[in-house]
Amino acid sequence: MPVQVKGEVLDIRRVGSYQVLSLTAPGISDIARPGHFVTLGIGGEESSMLLRRAFAIHQVQSRGVYGGTLDVVIGVHGKGTRWLSERRRHDVIDIVGPLGRPFILPRERVACVLVGGGYGSAPMFMLAEQLRERGCRVDVVVGAATEERLFGVLELKRLASTLTITTDDGSLGERGRVTDVLPELMDRVDAALVYACGPMGMLQAVADMATARRIYSQCAVEEAMACGIGVCMTCVIPVVGEDGVTRMLRSCVEGPVFRGDRVRWSDVGTIPPDTLGAPVEGGH
Amino acid sequence: MTRAVISSGPIGGNEPVVHIDMSTDLDGILMPSPVLTASGCAAAGRELDQFFDITRIGAVVTKSVMLQPRSGRATPRMAETPSGMLNSIGLQGPGIDVFLEKDLAWLTDRGARTIVSIAGGTVDEYAKLAARLRVSEGVAGIEVNISCPNVENRGQVFACDPDMAASVIQAVKRHSDPRTPIFAKLSPDVTDIVAVAGSVVRAGATGVSVINTMLGMVINPDTMRPHLAGITGGLSGPAIRPVAVRCVWQIRQAFPDLPIIGMGGIRTGLDALEFILAGANAVSVGTVVFHDPSSPMRIHEELEQALVDRGFRSLAGAVSYAHRPPDPVFEEDDLDFISE
Ligand SMILES: Cc1cc2nc3c(=O)[nH]c(=O)nc-3n(C[C@H](O)[C@H](O)[C@H](O)COP(=O)(O)OP(=O)(O)OC[C@H]3O[C@@H](n4cnc5c(N)ncnc54)[C@H](O)[C@@H]3O)c2cc1C
Ligand SMILES: Cc1cc2nc3c(=O)[nH]c(=O)nc-3n(C[C@H](O)[C@H](O)[C@H](O)COP(=O)(O)O)c2cc1C
Ligand code: FES
Repeated sequence: MPVQVKGEVLDIRRVGSYQVLSLTAPGISDIARPGHFVTLGIGGEESSMLLRRAFAIHQVQSRGVYGGTLDVVIGVHGKGTRWLSERRRHDVIDIVGPLGRPFILPRERVACVLVGGGYGSAPMFMLAEQLRERGCRVDVVVGAATEERLFGVLELKRLASTLTITTDDGSLGERGRVTDVLPELMDRVDAALVYACGPMGMLQAVADMATARRIYSQCAVEEAMACGIGVCMTCVIPVVGEDGVTRMLRSCVEGPVFRGDRVRWSDVGTIPPDTLGAPVEGGH
Repeated sequence: MTRAVISSGPIGGNEPVVHIDMSTDLDGILMPSPVLTASGCAAAGRELDQFFDITRIGAVVTKSVMLQPRSGRATPRMAETPSGMLNSIGLQGPGIDVFLEKDLAWLTDRGARTIVSIAGGTVDEYAKLAARLRVSEGVAGIEVNISCPNVENRGQVFACDPDMAASVIQAVKRHSDPRTPIFAKLSPDVTDIVAVAGSVVRAGATGVSVINTMLGMVINPDTMRPHLAGITGGLSGPAIRPVAVRCVWQIRQAFPDLPIIGMGGIRTGLDALEFILAGANAVSVGTVVFHDPSSPMRIHEELEQALVDRGFRSLAGAVSYAHRPPDPVFEEDDLDFISE
């Protein structure tokens, strides 16, 4: 169950083109699982920026002197993320979490491939650790436009059996996209599960590749969210249910982690005509 | 005014040490608190119950429900704006059957007071919804969202035409339980909101909820196209608060006894106080819930403190207080007399 707490900034440090923000988060860090996210209040008490910003939980420390802390990785995008990147030690930030449905972990010791695009590698650290603890083989692929936009390469190298890096400009690793190296990797390690977090286009390509090989995939999506707790209906994407019916599901509570083969990736941003309750001819 | 009574309430925390009577009566809906959730900003209460006890606020006003399941509009559905946001959700929802079975049943079990918001595309649809609620348990009141396009009249919004608004309220009145209070939710996008209020009151509305969102638009400077898939959207949040307070004030001026639920950008107890002083008997908190999911309970406590600080003994005593006659003016000589 999510809680709302005041977190104190313990540390903020630059990593590549990102800022890693460490916050006290009592009551959140101890129940957070890989794939969960938090929302942060922006701009202080009188802020004119009303909407909270969502961030994947990168790391947690549930014990210790601060009674629970968590880290998020922030890529500066607009006003809100810039404000966050300017926080200093002892500043206080309003945190709500853990939110969403986390990644599902396999019961058996199977080979798992983790794919992170840009800061999408942030939630993969906890995931890799927990998969390793269960005896799973973990291979990681990270990709970004440039070396600067990769996150956590050194640490991931330690956590994974193999780490493959791609950059669009070839500044580190192989030149190209994560999807250029993924098929060969999935086949080589005989992957049973693929986990992905990153831009929608990447998720779609990864999910399609996995599904084509009958590999189960779990993708953490990133949709614009107003509330993050399931009350506003802004964050919906078309997802096919067990019953074969497409519904507009809230990615903040029914996601952000979805089964890759269930999301109608090409229709994201639209209401497919066969969606439950879709507008009818001459109707609404 | 009389001084507040000191009760043996809990000391410390956010709660004021001094408690006053915060109850309000919306023509038969008795509530321990004047703070409600705004329709569409609290779903059906379940999610917010994780952050505060939803039975302690006045009522949960549920997301406007339609007869059939509805997918809503394409995304993007929202844009953040200065001190507010635009939304274009398109009334996504499960339809009345699933709503009654899952949502209303849960709220009733939970012991929350529920005001059910209904929406339709035709007068007949509103009538059918009212008839369904008549035979359902746990409906403390009905809020009629008339800010919907009338599909039988070139998509003109019901709330923007006094006659169309009245025909919806008449239909709801005729088909609902006569004991159930009906609140017409008014749009600020009209020339004369008092005229629309008069029209729905004559049609049988128990009271009014003011205001719904205001029509707005954002162009995305990167794509150089409208940001929302729905092109226009409803503006809400503190940005619209002065408009909302003005609407409550004008309606209170015209209808001294009409139950009014005020809303629009309420963020703090002092914001809620503005609405109460302007004439609202209760207030709804909408967009600010996205900013602070605990806000309805916080606003209740801050409002209570604000009333105590001003010497009010009850919430009811503050309703419409800003409409009181001007304070008497003293001549210099009179003041000399007092100081003796
Ligand atoms: C589940 C989830 C997990 C995320 N994890 C991370 C993370 O680990 N690290 C990270 O750097 N970013 C993450 N994001 C994206 C991050 O939330 C946005 O970059 C941020 O909201 C942008 O805010 P802004 O004020 O800087 O940008 P602005 O463009 O000024 O924001 C305006 C509005 O649009 C919304 N918005 C804009 N871009 C995005 C976006 N890409 N996704 C969602 N909402 C957006 C904002 O929330 C805000 O309401 C995540 C988003 C989601 C939904
Ligand atoms: C995301 C969103 C969804 C809304 N949905 C509804 C709705 O379904 N029915 C309705 O009557 N009003 C709806 N509203 C309007 C609110 O109930 C309220 O009247 C308005 O937002 C002003 O209050 P606020 O500034 O506190 O949000 C919605 C508002 C928002 C922001
Ligand atoms: S962001 Fe509000 S429902 Fe998902």
